[in-house]
Amino acid sequence: MTMREYMLGNVAIARGLLEGGVQVLAGYPGTPSSEIIDTLAAREDRDYHVEWSVNEKVAMEVVVGAAWAGVRSVVTMKHVGLNVAADPFMTLAYAGTKGGLIAIVADDPSCHSSQNEQDTRRYAQFALVPCFDPSTPQEAKDMLPYAFEFSERFEVPVIFRPTTRISHGKSDIELGEIPVEKPAPNFEKLLDRWVMLPKNARPRHTHLLSIQQPIEDALAESPWNSLELKPDAKLGVIGAGIASVYAKEALVELGLEVSFLKIGAYPVPRKLILELLKNVDAVLVFEELEPIVEEQVKMIAQEAGLEVSVLGKTNGFVPREGELDVSAFLEVLKKTFDLDTEPEPSGTSLELAPRPPALCAGCSHRATFYSMKKVFGKDAIYPSDIGCYTLGIQSGTVETTLCMGSSISVASGLYHAGEKRPICCSIGDSTFFHSGMNSLLNAIVNKANITVTILDNRITAMTGHQPNPGVGYTATGEPTVQVSLAELCKAMGAEFVSVVDPYRLEETQEAFKAAKEFEGPAVVISRQPCVISGKRAGIRRVPYVVEPEKCEGCKQCVKFGCPAIEFNEENKCAAITTLCSGCGVCAQICKFEAIQEVKR
Amino acid sequence: MNQAEQKKLDLLITGVGGQGAILASDIIGKAAVTAGLPIRAAETHGMAQRGGSVVNHIRVGNDYGSMIPKKGADLLLALEPMEAVRYLDLLKDGGVIIVNTQPIIPVAVTSGLTKYPEVSDILDFLSQKYIVKAFNADDVAFEAGNRFAMNVVMVGAVSIYLPISKEILLESVKALVPQKTIEVNLRAFEMGRQKVEES
Repeated sequence: MTMREYMLGNVAIARGLLEGGVQVLAGYPGTPSSEIIDTLAAREDRDYHVEWSVNEKVAMEVVVGAAWAGVRSVVTMKHVGLNVAADPFMTLAYAGTKGGLIAIVADDPSCHSSQNEQDTRRYAQFALVPCFDPSTPQEAKDMLPYAFEFSERFEVPVIFRPTTRISHGKSDIELGEIPVEKPAPNFEKLLDRWVMLPKNARPRHTHLLSIQQPIEDALAESPWNSLELKPDAKLGVIGAGIASVYAKEALVELGLEVSFLKIGAYPVPRKLILELLKNVDAVLVFEELEPIVEEQVKMIAQEAGLEVSVLGKTNGFVPREGELDVSAFLEVLKKTFDLDTEPEPSGTSLELAPRPPALCAGCSHRATFYSMKKVFGKDAIYPSDIGCYTLGIQSGTVETTLCMGSSISVASGLYHAGEKRPICCSIGDSTFFHSGMNSLLNAIVNKANITVTILDNRITAMTGHQPNPGVGYTATGEPTVQVSLAELCKAMGAEFVSVVDPYRLEETQEAFKAAKEFEGPAVVISRQPCVISGKRAGIRRVPYVVEPEKCEGCKQCVKFGCPAIEFNEENKCAAITTLCSGCGVCAQICKFEAIQEVKR
Repeated sequence: MNQAEQKKLDLLITGVGGQGAILASDIIGKAAVTAGLPIRAAETHGMAQRGGSVVNHIRVGNDYGSMIPKKGADLLLALEPMEAVRYLDLLKDGGVIIVNTQPIIPVAVTSGLTKYPEVSDILDFLSQKYIVKAFNADDVAFEAGNRFAMNVVMVGAVSIYLPISKEILLESVKALVPQKTIEVNLRAFEMGRQKVEES
């Protein structure tokens, strides 16, 4: 009997890696990729190494070492993580692998939780490596053992690219077997492959180019690329990855007979595309993000001298940005057949209040930002970084966010440009270890007169509470060294380092004042565990309450922006809800001592 | 309509990050697998989760993608009244809305930047085009023994519309809620189901 389980896409991917016999895993957390390593790190019967590395480049290099030792290895990251890891990855394509190596790079069309929506299939094309693009969580799981074998067969790394709707979709999943036997490591000293001197790199580039056609031919025969020709159909549809499923659903719903090419692995299957082009008058290409398949189809049609119209992103039939869905495909069909689009019903609508994500009740970042703003004022410039604290945009203390680690370097650039206004940047502990360290070192050596605030909440919170080098345990919960942020900053040459508790407003503001006065880069480490992980670790605080007879209705506490504080317009009095985690910051803000601990 | 068609159902669960929308959809998803039905679901994770508006798509009896097309959902289960309105373009005309009437006021409203509509206006608005079943699920959960069981009250409320037996759904509740809270949650499920059966 087959086993079926209801699973998150990333849990299905983790399962696929087990079924493929993974031996080493490394990664850096990033939505929507994080649960793959979370799942495998939490398993008790592990016969593989799994780690959260300090950043994606490091993670990539760790798995390269493992693959060169001949074992099956996997690195996970979000799409922008591959920018960080691109340096080793591009040259790894030349050197190749021994053990299968899969780079799982999760894309986020529509930027649900990201700063851009770059398409990882471009990287695959750029690096000349195969790319797997699953259309469902089930296919994602089934592709992975195949991807390991494929990587070993051609001795190349492969990219596996789920999107948010695969990684964070859920589905019934049919499980396969998990192998018991795994190869022992054996690093062969193949210097002409592992030492990328120019004299070795040149022939490896030639080799990489020479295997492109065999790779394409093998993938055209794979279950991931498939062509269904309908003899009388004049229209062909090409669906790539998850978009193929949206297209298929719409076509079945409409009962429309078309020839259909599903693409789930790249380089694109030239053979199948040609066969489709020869049988239809027009081809509609439906893919998320970049027009990668579309460009190839146009080139193939032109080379073969076929007069087939190719409809897609480059001629405005399919949107190039954002994620697609069934409705988007129906829109494309309407445009294709020049059908009238129904006017949107103009019926009455209700004015809704927006509900953007917000920092939690009691979040220490809100407290840090409050003090920061008090001391540095409205005129100061506030570069920030990537993490929960980016939501501090609502506190007026997040004015730039570019990429991981950029807050400190952007702050330095602002200073060196000659900005006379005070500059105070913020960066989380995990982001600091990821790449902020380099930026601080640079700021110190090049004498940027800035304040660097490390928001040390003792965890990588935004992506689901993964450990980082500051917390003293590994991905699997094993105790390890706890790296001191203060000592690290001092070792890099910081002359002003102050560690504060952001829940104590006076202490924090004193530190910010001193940092502002200091000539040169000053570091303030604002330390207080994340309220979510703190609660899980057993931290309990007494919640607070407003004493209505003392409340003057001045709304100072309300303006602090904590979701636990409400205001009753009828009796002009603030109130604290059950969300209160007892941080006590609002009690320090209140000038009338109207906020007190709940008396037991 | 053949049997497979009857087992097909597209459901949306909307609410606010932290209300337990994911557990609610997991209960239904796991039960669907036990009932031998294909199931697809899409969820809000990551940044958008932090107290923001969330929407889960659940497609029972479906083996395509997890995203419900516009005007495709048969049912909308709203854990919060304003969040019932936000995703209406996904619900088919005449679809059923089960809505928890307990509002959660966004910070922007508390600090006076914007207004929260009257709950009665929301319900009137919804009733124009849809079949609405409204009750305060927070109060029902409290009665059942714990306010945090609101999501399971709502699963109970939607259960009469699902192509999955009550017994299988209850097994799924037992398997997914914390051991200590099983009794409260089973009660919450029953009370939610009753609320809709009565209406």
